[in-house]
Amino acid sequence: MSLDLIAYAAFFLTMALTYAIMCLGLNVQWGQTGLFNVGIAAFVAIGAYVSALLTTPDAAGRVGGYDLPIAVGWIGGALVAGLAAWLVGALTIRLRSDYLAIATFGVAVTVQLCVLNLQPLTGGAFGIGFIPRPFGNLASDPLAFGLSNLALMAAVVLALYLALQHLAKSPWGRVLRAIREDETAAQALGKRPIRFRLQAFTIGGAIMGLAGAAQGHFIGFIAPDNYLPILTFQVWAMLIVGGSGNNRGAILGAVLVWGLWALSAAAVSAFVPPEQQARAASLQIVMIGVGLCLILLLRPRGILGASNALASLTGRRTRKFKE
Amino acid sequence: MNPQFLMDGLIAGAMIGLGAIGVTLTYSILRFANFAHGELLSWGAYLALALSGGLGLLSTTLSMPIGPFSFGWSLPLATILAIILTGLLALAVDAVLFGRLRSRGSAVIILVMASFGVSLALRSLLEFIFTSKPAYYTKALQIAVKIGGGLRATPDQLLSLGVALVAVVAIHLLMTRTDIGRSMRAVSENPALAGIAGVDVRRVIRVVWFIGAALACIAGIMTGLLVQIRPYLGHDLLLPLFAAAILGGIGSVPGAMIAGLIVGLSEAAAVQLVGAEWRAAVSFVILVAVLLLRPRGLFGRAA
Repeated sequence: MSLDLIAYAAFFLTMALTYAIMCLGLNVQWGQTGLFNVGIAAFVAIGAYVSALLTTPDAAGRVGGYDLPIAVGWIGGALVAGLAAWLVGALTIRLRSDYLAIATFGVAVTVQLCVLNLQPLTGGAFGIGFIPRPFGNLASDPLAFGLSNLALMAAVVLALYLALQHLAKSPWGRVLRAIREDETAAQALGKRPIRFRLQAFTIGGAIMGLAGAAQGHFIGFIAPDNYLPILTFQVWAMLIVGGSGNNRGAILGAVLVWGLWALSAAAVSAFVPPEQQARAASLQIVMIGVGLCLILLLRPRGILGASNALASLTGRRTRKFKE
Repeated sequence: MNPQFLMDGLIAGAMIGLGAIGVTLTYSILRFANFAHGELLSWGAYLALALSGGLGLLSTTLSMPIGPFSFGWSLPLATILAIILTGLLALAVDAVLFGRLRSRGSAVIILVMASFGVSLALRSLLEFIFTSKPAYYTKALQIAVKIGGGLRATPDQLLSLGVALVAVVAIHLLMTRTDIGRSMRAVSENPALAGIAGVDVRRVIRVVWFIGAALACIAGIMTGLLVQIRPYLGHDLLLPLFAAAILGGIGSVPGAMIAGLIVGLSEAAAVQLVGAEWRAAVSFVILVAVLLLRPRGLFGRAA
């Protein structure tokens, strides 16, 4: 019994850590650069599908299935998602700040449509199965399998965290901060804000792609339903709760919000009669929306507090508008 | 190719255009992309559903179909009430959330994000109250009549086109011929200067929310009448609304309507040429093309 519990806890934490990776990616885009991405689900989906295409065994009636090692799939997923982010960013970052938001919203709709309709490539609504799982040879022993996957995911998150912390302190990170604090001054020093924003957006997109690949391989099966807009909302809730601009907060927020989400979903399925469950689930989403607004109003720094990223964004920014 | 797609595109485009006028007005005067605008369409549609249902219970003569149309007097009456209620909803959200963020001098992107939260909450609230099962104003079926040129349309569709036309002309006259319209354009040009010149900026903002919500409500009811009512009705139209507002040029009322018709017609053409499953991608293609070729849109001013 207790072994089952540990295996379940390992599964839960591994899932939470895949969200933590998405959250770290969003933190590069929003927390450190102030770029609003409403299409997280799209970049995660791109990573997951590319990696699945590269690593699954050859399947009849579907393009792809190159049977490559999992690591190749992860890197490929991250690269293609990064490329997609670069394209979207190159198109919109030089324009008004909310055009990027609108464009990413469009990307989310379009990627969802492609995944559903490009059946020969993506398997359509049925998705792709038999994605190789890391430590698949341990699958007969759920505990060892769960723990080794957890260790792998924790190592990925740790490596990413250290790299991002380093990046934030590097000259590149300092330029980003300078642009955020005073764009004109940074420009006067010869830094080109558009280029740095584009780089940050691309890196964030690639990290989301990596998260999608890692999650797809951990579950072993992907389908369009995994990448609905609700995923974007969840990741946003995680980053806002954890505190944007703060990498540790991003990870903590992911574990907390995923925990709350899983708990409330379990409570719904345990206590709510089956015919009312869809309604209860929609109430869950109302709570995320209201919570997002409340945090923006009351605690714009999140739980752990931003290293004054949002503060400087909310404080004095260009095009501010008073009644 | 069957010319009927022109009629379908025109009707879908009229609904998109009405919604896009609201987006373009809030965008040019409040200066942020309101992701919750789609939910105003859905709320308008559901409010009218609840009200016309209530009126139908009061008196069965109200739900008897009027002339060639599929609905009784309960729907037009409910529409008027729903317009007022949707407007009040928008004003309430502004008072509770957007107004406070604005007076704090929040960045544009914070407002965008808040609108994102509002859209989530409002949409799921509808799903909670009405469930996600599609609903209809009436169960009556309508036969499409020939209107010449090989085109057919139902009386409901023709009426909707007429209402959309009247609404657009009315808003255009309001913007160009009245004091409040001039104040609105002044605030969109330069809020600080308009304030100094004695324009009541708060009042202008309230009027903008109300007009945007009223048009959204009409568009939502039209969509509900001609297609069906679902909690995702407005959310699924959001991308076409943004595409139309940007294509028409932010702040331009005629631009938004014309661009709405362009988006609607392109969607209908894509359904004919490529297949119905790609319909939703049309707006994205238009959006990308506008951002690449002419970011200020057809009738927009240079930024």
